Amino acid sequence: MSLNYDSALEIYEPTLGLEVHVELNTNSKMFCGCATEFGAQPNTQTCPVCLGLPGSLPVVNKRAIESTILIGLALNCSIAPFSRFARKNYFYPDMPKNFQTSQYDEPICVNGSLDVEIETDEGNKVFKVEIERVHMEEDTGKSLHVGGSTGRIHGADYSLLDYNRAGIPLVEIVTKIVPNTGKYAPLVARGYVAALRDILRSLKVSDVKMEQGSLRCDVNLSLSKRGSGVLGTRSETKNVNSLRSVERAVTGEIVRQANRLQSGEKVVQETRHFLEESGQTRPGRSKEQAEDYRYFPEPDLVPVAPDGKWIEELRKSLPEKPAERRKRLQQAWAVPDKEMRAMVNAELLDTVEQTVLLGADPTRARSWWLGEISRIANERSVLPTDLITVSDVAQIIELITKGELTDKLARQVVEGVIAKEGTPSQVIAKRSLKVVSDDSQLMKAIAEAIAAAPETAQKVRDGNIPAAGALIGAVMKLTGGQADAARVRQLLLKHLGQ
Amino acid sequence: MAAISRDEVANLARLARISMSDAELDHLAGEMDVILGAVARVQEVAGADVPPTSHPLAVSNVTRDDVVTPSLTPEQALSGAPASSEQRFKVPKILGEE
Repeated sequence: MSLNYDSALEIYEPTLGLEVHVELNTNSKMFCGCATEFGAQPNTQTCPVCLGLPGSLPVVNKRAIESTILIGLALNCSIAPFSRFARKNYFYPDMPKNFQTSQYDEPICVNGSLDVEIETDEGNKVFKVEIERVHMEEDTGKSLHVGGSTGRIHGADYSLLDYNRAGIPLVEIVTKIVPNTGKYAPLVARGYVAALRDILRSLKVSDVKMEQGSLRCDVNLSLSKRGSGVLGTRSETKNVNSLRSVERAVTGEIVRQANRLQSGEKVVQETRHFLEESGQTRPGRSKEQAEDYRYFPEPDLVPVAPDGKWIEELRKSLPEKPAERRKRLQQAWAVPDKEMRAMVNAELLDTVEQTVLLGADPTRARSWWLGEISRIANERSVLPTDLITVSDVAQIIELITKGELTDKLARQVVEGVIAKEGTPSQVIAKRSLKVVSDDSQLMKAIAEAIAAAPETAQKVRDGNIPAAGALIGAVMKLTGGQADAARVRQLLLKHLGQ
Repeated sequence: MAAISRDEVANLARLARISMSDAELDHLAGEMDVILGAVARVQEVAGADVPPTSHPLAVSNVTRDDVVTPSLTPEQALSGAPASSEQRFKVPKILGEE
């Protein structure tokens, strides 16, 4: 009988380890001045250094070092007073130099931690994930496998290499083993990557776009029999490229390993690939017989030895921690937990904050971004901010607050701006979307509505206030939604002696 | 006792993708042993007050500003490649059939 997730966890305790690779958003590469533009034509961003041509010499990008130190500081790491680069030697065409310049036994940041808060049935729980190291290295080129049926490396006839990405600064963040997460292992893994991504975004050191590969996660997982205290053999699932996939990869590996162990087989220490469609993993390429990278200190680069002054300057520039910022904004805007989570999950916190900073009411800013604009964005599979700018939204909200637009009219303005009809004021002018604020015009509509429904009007005269709703609706219709409903109500009730 | 065995030299050659005849291995194992022996003697001389070094110059923090400089054109980049296609370097099949 095969084990499902719950029964697997009754017998086995998972242990996690997470390796995250982050492409830094520097303008130039790690060791040369080539540009780092995403999506450029193949091999247009290469030079003798990143192609590994003989005689070329690397020089470290200062901003890459500073970004890495910032990451270390934000993760509560110690910054090493002395660190070095090493050559990791391997033959694989994704690195034209035949080695990757990386940090090995002397990384720049060590021993940090990150608190990961997850929502569970038993309330919110915080897991402290300890960080082993943060080190600098460089990204590899992109391979295109040609031939075979799958576009995969297996069965390919030959491969084509684009070295634009080779040499882009990459930071690797490695956790210590994360024990005792139990059934929450998938959520902790996901929560860790999400919290890390928030921090990296707040530091402005990376685009952190998982779908474009600027943030990639490798998930190490092993199981041990409950109570045995013996760590099991781990598998490493590579390049898991969304938060949801991180969670699914951990769940999938727990079930797969538990079933292997349960049927008396062994877990093989291997690299596995995550399959997006099924949530399963498959074995990856067989590595060179035992990894022997023959690391040695990179003779072409001198050590990085940040002094206390440099580190303190960087520490001073650290932004507010994302978790603290969230608490502060939630309080300032008086947002309930659930709405706050919705805003964070929709990744609209920054956008709402920017809108509020332009003077918009927080509640309105939140409800426009998460409501109407998100709805249209979802329909078109784009980001809300691709549709309309923060300043346009702030302007529209200001008009609502001033009573110059009703919600209904504002929706039309938003529609118009999204349809590229112009700025909010241009759309308002073109579509004549002004609130009818002229009382005499409203009174005309009210008289018309009453004439059309004299019985309803009588009910209101007799004290049945809720009956006025139908008349207000009729007036709104008559004015094409361009009246302020509150003002209509006021005028109508007064007119009917209420 | 040799500092490096013939088998170790053969393994290094394999890792470095250098094909070597038996005669070359015999010859190189001997030569490398002499080199390693010399380095070992230097290590004996270095006392506790001499820190390990990876670089002959006592400098650190040599960096460049994050400024983009012109790259090669794709034609230049690919000019030395044995084969290219679709503006990319073309390399033989990476993995053998499993």
